[in-house]
Amino acid sequence: MEFEIVIGLEVHAQLKTNTKIFCGCTTSFGAAPNSHTCPVCLGMPGVLPVLNKQVVDYSIRMALATNCEINRTNQFARKNYFYPDLPKGYQVSQFDLPIAEHGWVKIEVEDESKKIGLTRIHMEEDAGKLVHDEREPKSYVDLNRTAVPLIEIVSEPDLRSPEEAVAYLKKIHSILRYLDICDGNMQEGSFRCDANISLRPHGQKELGTRTELKNMNSFRNVQRALEYEIRRQRDLLLEGEEVVQATLLWDPDRNVTSSMRSKEEAHDYRYFPDPDLVPIVIDEEWIETARASLPELPGQRKQRFMEELGLPAYDAEVLTAAKELADYFEAALLGYDNAKKLSNWIMTELMREFKGGGPEDIAACKVSPANLAALLTMVQKGTISGKIAKTVFSDMMESGKEAEAIVKEKNLSQMSDEGDLVRIVQEIMADNPEQVEQFRDGKTKVMGFFVGQLMKKTKGQANPQMANELFQKELTK
Amino acid sequence: MELYNLPIHSLEKMLTEGDISSVELTAAVFDRIDQVEGKISAYITLDRENAQLAAKRADEKIAAGEGGGLCGIPLSIKDAICTKGLKTTGGSKILEPFVPPYDATVIAKLKEQGAVILGKVSMDEFAMGSSNENCAFGIPKNPWNLEHICGGSSGGSAASVAASECIASLGSDTGGSVRQPASHCSVVGLKPTYGRVSRFGLLAFASSLDQIGPLSKDVRDSAIMLNAIGGYDPKDSTSINKEMPDYTAALTDGLQGMKIGIPKEYFTDALDPEVRAAVDNGIKLLQGAGGEVVDLSLPHTEYGVAAYYIIAPAEASSNLARYDGVKYGFREKESESLAEMYSKTRSQGFGDEVKRRIIIGTYALSSGYYDAYYKKASQVRTLIVEDYQKAFSQCDILVSPVTPGPAWKLGEKIADPLSMYLSDVLTISTNLAGLPGISVPCGFSSKGLPIGFQIQASHFEEEKLFKAAYNLEQQLDLQPKYPTL
Repeated sequence: MEFEIVIGLEVHAQLKTNTKIFCGCTTSFGAAPNSHTCPVCLGMPGVLPVLNKQVVDYSIRMALATNCEINRTNQFARKNYFYPDLPKGYQVSQFDLPIAEHGWVKIEVEDESKKIGLTRIHMEEDAGKLVHDEREPKSYVDLNRTAVPLIEIVSEPDLRSPEEAVAYLKKIHSILRYLDICDGNMQEGSFRCDANISLRPHGQKELGTRTELKNMNSFRNVQRALEYEIRRQRDLLLEGEEVVQATLLWDPDRNVTSSMRSKEEAHDYRYFPDPDLVPIVIDEEWIETARASLPELPGQRKQRFMEELGLPAYDAEVLTAAKELADYFEAALLGYDNAKKLSNWIMTELMREFKGGGPEDIAACKVSPANLAALLTMVQKGTISGKIAKTVFSDMMESGKEAEAIVKEKNLSQMSDEGDLVRIVQEIMADNPEQVEQFRDGKTKVMGFFVGQLMKKTKGQANPQMANELFQKELTK
Repeated sequence: MELYNLPIHSLEKMLTEGDISSVELTAAVFDRIDQVEGKISAYITLDRENAQLAAKRADEKIAAGEGGGLCGIPLSIKDAICTKGLKTTGGSKILEPFVPPYDATVIAKLKEQGAVILGKVSMDEFAMGSSNENCAFGIPKNPWNLEHICGGSSGGSAASVAASECIASLGSDTGGSVRQPASHCSVVGLKPTYGRVSRFGLLAFASSLDQIGPLSKDVRDSAIMLNAIGGYDPKDSTSINKEMPDYTAALTDGLQGMKIGIPKEYFTDALDPEVRAAVDNGIKLLQGAGGEVVDLSLPHTEYGVAAYYIIAPAEASSNLARYDGVKYGFREKESESLAEMYSKTRSQGFGDEVKRRIIIGTYALSSGYYDAYYKKASQVRTLIVEDYQKAFSQCDILVSPVTPGPAWKLGEKIADPLSMYLSDVLTISTNLAGLPGISVPCGFSSKGLPIGFQIQASHFEEEKLFKAAYNLEQQLDLQPKYPTL
């Protein structure tokens, strides 16, 4: 039996505000435990939350960038459950009146474009962290992360493969980073993803029983966890067994999922409107101000690269996925006008040699866009060969020096001046009459000898093709 | 006249004119406390050392010409209001020992003005109760009859004012918790409009209903206290940015043109006849001062108690979740697991009434019950608000008793929570609608127990309350003013 895969994703993105969602504490990462806290985020008796307006502003931007409808009046609700990392015993979130609903984004998988629906975007506060002592049966609570603002972005169950899920996730990641509202760091947990997944026989309308996957802290883990879970569910269904609704944890070391809690153990969160926070009223002016502040988004930029620069869709997609890479590309284009050649060079040489991380870290690259442009211009003008350019580029990546400086320092520029070369060719012929005779007798192999002599004399800088042609010409005179 | 028996407005004059010092006054009040506290048990914590220091500072302020208002006036504070460096228990074992590292906004305002905080007074645990019998640290007695309850939940506030163990006090009112004990103890109790006074630093019981209010010896003191604590607070998102008038300016003679609404639902057969007679007398006096009586109806009043006892416990079940033994206060230390620690800490830390309401509230919010309970109660709340809107299109103030009867005997209703809940029927709707209400003494029962007169007005119309209450107080000139202790 063939099954259809149905996946929906919930993304939690930490917003890059300076302060927490309901108090003035800093959101910065990596400080001593509990040093970024105050009575409000510690949930002390009698304290009250005051909403950080920037959180609403960032959420509006995300809603606009993902084609959502914005709820002009929306409301915070309390999600009640007990856990030591949740100091108030409830998480302030949104429930029946989220800030935005009914959006969509476009993804590309195998050259096909697909619209993925967004159910909702809502604002909420993050929880703290538990640190477990490995020697003693003790746990410590660090509340620095408590009340750092999050938005949760919930997709419709529109994704049909792990590849689509990852493409969607990358698209959301990219938009958040273009908007500059989330740093997108999956390792540090500022961009997190849970997946709901079920299988159903092809043609069946009702959804199958789903499981929820958690703890996938990289795109690769999302792909692997989904693949694993699809296999597991398919095997169960093929053997006539049932999938049990449950929350599962992905174990990236063992490549398996394990059950965290079953449906029976599911929490009743007892949501109700938070009486300490008044409803958030968003007027047209607020929305229009946010709209005006939107940067060019990845989809728009891709379109522009295709239309104005004539790049193929694949190149445009790769170059625009990370804002930093697209910025780099456009900066280089100021000094070098062949977009396709530049694109090739960036997608191959640059990304291969760049060891600093993903495309979003390209700003840390030692070769500046202007230097890359200068290097490619030298190839275009024939000053150096494409082969030499790669060597020069490696050197640039290592030393950070300018292309011209390296070429000059190592004397790598090609001799392309015909007059100079003709003079040297004639010298070599005069010095080696024996070989000239041999060539003229039909032993064309000695051509290699001549070119070798030329390279020796020019220290490798002669344009080899030109050298060949000149010898042909002179020897057959 | 003993200093401790005087109201703020008399003492303010004596202090600024140099007749007395705050140090003397504070010492006189502490002497009074030493003399009667054994009978009353109003205080949970006394803060003699800091009170004396505050009195000294107040005297310096007065000497520098910066006195007036509450400067140098000794006050008691309900133990639900956070005081920096001074233990705050909420009347609960679960917060023992909690010392707040911050002042509630109202406390910061009092301190700024030079008020002297004597200590923290008793209350029903987390403000849940109508008799102040639900307190983990002793039960205050009614100064007018020590065998009777002083009312609740701000019982310690009312008892301390009535017994002259302070000059005035701050309480909090979620369903009548300032007005009802004020009525039982023959003092003035004000519940301001929701949003008039900052809730920052008030231990939350039911956030959408809670409001801090003063208990005082007379109406003028009540206005002085509201002047001191009211106003917008950026730390409380539900406080409202609306201009603060000088409330004492409303205290003028005569009620010409004022329309006095008499809601028929507040005058049922369930009223004690003596309460009814005292309130009727009060209404006549208001009419005599120029007020015009309008008979009207608040038809959904009877559903107020039911709606309140869903909404308040629902909010409380969430508000009290933070008392979990993890961060501060009491923790049961012998537990083997996290779940056991939570369970034992909360079982042992909370009293029965608090646990009862947490269970009710948790149930009301549970999946499958939310619509039938919490949502329905919220709809009733809207109907009650609409009732009031209609009423205030016909009148300026609404008058009624505060409680159906005078203070009952200690222990009388403790085993019958439902009858205790029903005694809140006349005060609860005010909170559901976020309105201001005041309780002003209007007589005594034949057994010498105080009877209170309630006035309600529309949002931010405290001036009308004060004006009517002041006229009633002046005409009644109620005797005796102080209980014999």
